[in-house]
Amino acid sequence: MDYIGEHLLPGQIGHFFVVVSMVASLTAAFAYFKAVNAPLEDKKGWLKLGRLSFITEAASVLIIFAALFHILYHHLFEYRYAYQHTSLSLEFKYIMSAFWEGQEGSTLLWAFWQSVLGLIVMKREKQWEAPVMSVVSFAQFFLATMIAGIYIFDVKIGSNPFILLRDSGLLDEAPAMHLNFDLLQPIRPDYLTLVTDGNDLNPLLQNYWMVIHPPILFLGFASTLIPYAFAMAGIWTRDFKTWVPRAIPWTLFSIAFLGLGIMMGAKWAYESLNFGGYWAWDPVENASLVPWMIMVSGLHAMLIYKHTGYSLRSSFIFLALSFIFIVYSTFLTKSGVLGDSSVHAFADIGMNGQLFLFLIVFVWLAPFFAAKTDKQRWIIAGVTLLLSLGTYFLADKIPGFPLYVILGGVATYIVLLNKQVPAIQKEESVSSREFWMFVGSLVFFLAAMIIIFQTSLPVFNKLFDSNKAPGENDEFHYNKIQILIAFVIGLLTAVTQYLKYRTTSTRIFIKKILWPTIISAVIASLVLAFVKVNYMTHGLGFLINIWLALVATIYATIANASYIWLGMKGKLGNSGGSVAHFGFGLMLVGMILSSGKKEVLSWNTSGIAVNFGKESKEKTGENLTMVKGVPLQMNDYMVTYVGDSAHPKKQQTYFKIHFKSKKNNEEFTLLPNAFVNYKGNEGLMANPSSKHYLNHDIFTYVSSYYKPDGKEDTVSFKPNTVGVGDTIFYSKGYMLLEKLAAKDGLPTQEFDKSDTGYIASVKVQELNGSSYSSDMLLIKNKGKVLYRTQDTVMSQSLVLQLNDVHNNEAIIGVKESNDVLEYLTLKAYKFPYINLVWAGVVFLVIGSLIAMFNRVLKIEKKGIRVA
Amino acid sequence: MKKFHIILLVLTAAAIAVLVSFLQTTTTYDTVAIAKSKPGKYVHLMAKWDKSAPMEYDALKNPNYLAFTAIDSLGDKVEVVYHNPKPENFELSEKLVMKGKYEDGKFVCQSIQTKCPSKYKDQDPAKHPGNATPNKTSYYKEATLEN
Repeated sequence: MDYIGEHLLPGQIGHFFVVVSMVASLTAAFAYFKAVNAPLEDKKGWLKLGRLSFITEAASVLIIFAALFHILYHHLFEYRYAYQHTSLSLEFKYIMSAFWEGQEGSTLLWAFWQSVLGLIVMKREKQWEAPVMSVVSFAQFFLATMIAGIYIFDVKIGSNPFILLRDSGLLDEAPAMHLNFDLLQPIRPDYLTLVTDGNDLNPLLQNYWMVIHPPILFLGFASTLIPYAFAMAGIWTRDFKTWVPRAIPWTLFSIAFLGLGIMMGAKWAYESLNFGGYWAWDPVENASLVPWMIMVSGLHAMLIYKHTGYSLRSSFIFLALSFIFIVYSTFLTKSGVLGDSSVHAFADIGMNGQLFLFLIVFVWLAPFFAAKTDKQRWIIAGVTLLLSLGTYFLADKIPGFPLYVILGGVATYIVLLNKQVPAIQKEESVSSREFWMFVGSLVFFLAAMIIIFQTSLPVFNKLFDSNKAPGENDEFHYNKIQILIAFVIGLLTAVTQYLKYRTTSTRIFIKKILWPTIISAVIASLVLAFVKVNYMTHGLGFLINIWLALVATIYATIANASYIWLGMKGKLGNSGGSVAHFGFGLMLVGMILSSGKKEVLSWNTSGIAVNFGKESKEKTGENLTMVKGVPLQMNDYMVTYVGDSAHPKKQQTYFKIHFKSKKNNEEFTLLPNAFVNYKGNEGLMANPSSKHYLNHDIFTYVSSYYKPDGKEDTVSFKPNTVGVGDTIFYSKGYMLLEKLAAKDGLPTQEFDKSDTGYIASVKVQELNGSSYSSDMLLIKNKGKVLYRTQDTVMSQSLVLQLNDVHNNEAIIGVKESNDVLEYLTLKAYKFPYINLVWAGVVFLVIGSLIAMFNRVLKIEKKGIRVA
Repeated sequence: MKKFHIILLVLTAAAIAVLVSFLQTTTTYDTVAIAKSKPGKYVHLMAKWDKSAPMEYDALKNPNYLAFTAIDSLGDKVEVVYHNPKPENFELSEKLVMKGKYEDGKFVCQSIQTKCPSKYKDQDPAKHPGNATPNKTSYYKEATLEN
């Protein structure tokens, strides 16, 4: 059947290049693999094939990217992806967010960055090109299969972003889309005329951070592959040493961009989600934090190795695990296993098996390369194949089987590694830098393991068929451990730079670190004394831990800032590490202060809801109801809900909340917004709004909203006949008719000359309270009412109208109803020192990049000298 | 034994101790009947909002009081009290994960997580508010075309 109005070409091009990309990346992986151990005369040919295939692969990814973008940009709703993720009203900048809202688009983004990084490796890493690119191409192949959307023996491989709406199954349950309105009949040829708009992007993702956070995060994801590939290359070619200096800049790059990507996500959460903060220990957040932490451990292990020859094995292990945990995090977020425990994981699209296979293969790839002989390699490859099949059939029969497969792979890797890679037998000195650096790396790594264990609870449930849910204070279980880690890491970060590699003389060490320590002690005491962290929700023990961690992280910040001058003589080029450590310390200080001193401003202690009615034991809550136009005291502010305005195109409402400080009369207006009854679904999706100060933020969002629609209003107007000067009583006070005027020959065009207009002016006086004035208009012609206005005195829940006028007496309709009130419920926090967190991130990233460039320059200089 | 081995051992032991203590704090996902059977104990109640029973939320009276009835997959019902405004996507949700305790005949939650229908099983495009609704004329046209 021919369907009317479809544009099939972009999808056909896109899908064709998906297939090309699969073939090309597999060819590249194979060619590079052969190139590694090929004799010199064959090597060139294999390398050439590898390069050609990888360039083809990179070009294909680019074309797929462009094809999908074309589909989204032109709103070609015949494609499921465009229908599901965009709408005609979506602004241009959010087309990109829509692109990576879906699993397929985000995978594509990942593949895009991996191919870019691959091209850089190809260009820069001549010596390591073949083995590194073999691993990179192989990973690229796995990403390509995730968007393949092909069937092999009824097993679906990947999810095709170019699938048509009519093939996607979305229309199967829609009778209107079928011929004769019969679901058994095919889809009608003109179905596209009925699909006039798309499903739109999830409102929570319509935020500018969502335009830039995913590209940076996926650059970070992709970048973790390169250190992994270097480690694999090192053990594979048995050149255990020279890969380390080449891999260090890549590791720094990865730390900078994965870290930046994660924290941009935190910034997005802070600005557009309303769980009231930037971090919630959500599984999706943890899953990308953990590889970053392992990568940091890996970097420190490599630095130790480069300077002293220790911890080479640890470097191999950490770098391998970092990427393995990236794949695991992909499994967690994309398989749907987090369904009940995460707020923002992707939904299951039936790729669990494939994602798990990706994990198994990249876990077992490590022992595959670490094997000593080709025979061992083939055995390991066979075992991997068997275990993959075994997982498919045995996962339900043997509890925990997939876990054992993964742990088995890691254990085999470590065993083979220890056989191959030499280690220094002599012990490190306790006064050496490498000793404490390694302790720090180990602590950091174990902290990551604890986090991922806690995060994996839903996975354990699946594995062992158990029914464990997170405990009562889920976040606290993370915090109480990580606050101790922050203390230890803070101290080590402060002190270790002042130690020398191999051995440090106590006298020089003390001399150097004395002043930074004294300054830190003074500043920490001042902070404790004046900033006053007294977070008692979890008792004194936890509070003391917070204090300790705060002191340690302040120490880390000051000591590293000082080291730029004391240790590096102010040479910024060499101080990348210190700048990064300074930023890391600052970020931790900011996190501790902002969480420890977060205050709820909207405590419901005064105002409207004093009477809790039947729930009298009720404590005060964290939300405050504000009636439009009525100022309310909230902490140190008088706050007024002034009004609202709607987005011109979307069902998005901006609420104007006016703040006036009682301390210094400062005034400002915040505009939290919400999607109200989005797509006909009753309810709110709120976006917060913050007022930023240098040392704190005022953070608000609307937690409920009510606007009378008149439908449910059953209260009727009570007529009162009054003359000028007469009073009418209502429940909260009285009103006085001040003026009643009649006017003939209205100037307005719509009314005839014989029409008469009446205006009644009323003064409403609340008992012992404010007074308000109200004007009502009535237009009549020969006894017939043509036009009548209603006037609402919001704060008094009063609606007034002029029913009629007889003999200088007005009949005023009075209605008292809650339904006239427009009100919203507001939640407001004060986040102190949040800017320290963001500033810390900036320094961390800049420091890592300085260190990276510094190392790249040094390598290049050396290269020139050798040549 | 090297110093590192001692440190490694101590740290690993500490990590394991932490994880064991963590496992002991975990709770369970439960149905209404089971939640009722252990009053005062913190559980994750899996149920959905029973739309046939009245829901109480009046922000004017108390913005921090929501009461409704939850019904689980077995059909058991329980009255739920939540001292917060309605959670986001409450109306849209097809499942609620409610964390709290059953006390005095009511399930008092500390937090509610709403689970919405997956975006991959999306609504019928024809019922989409932005879309044109097919009318009878086009239907008859189709029918005649087919014949």
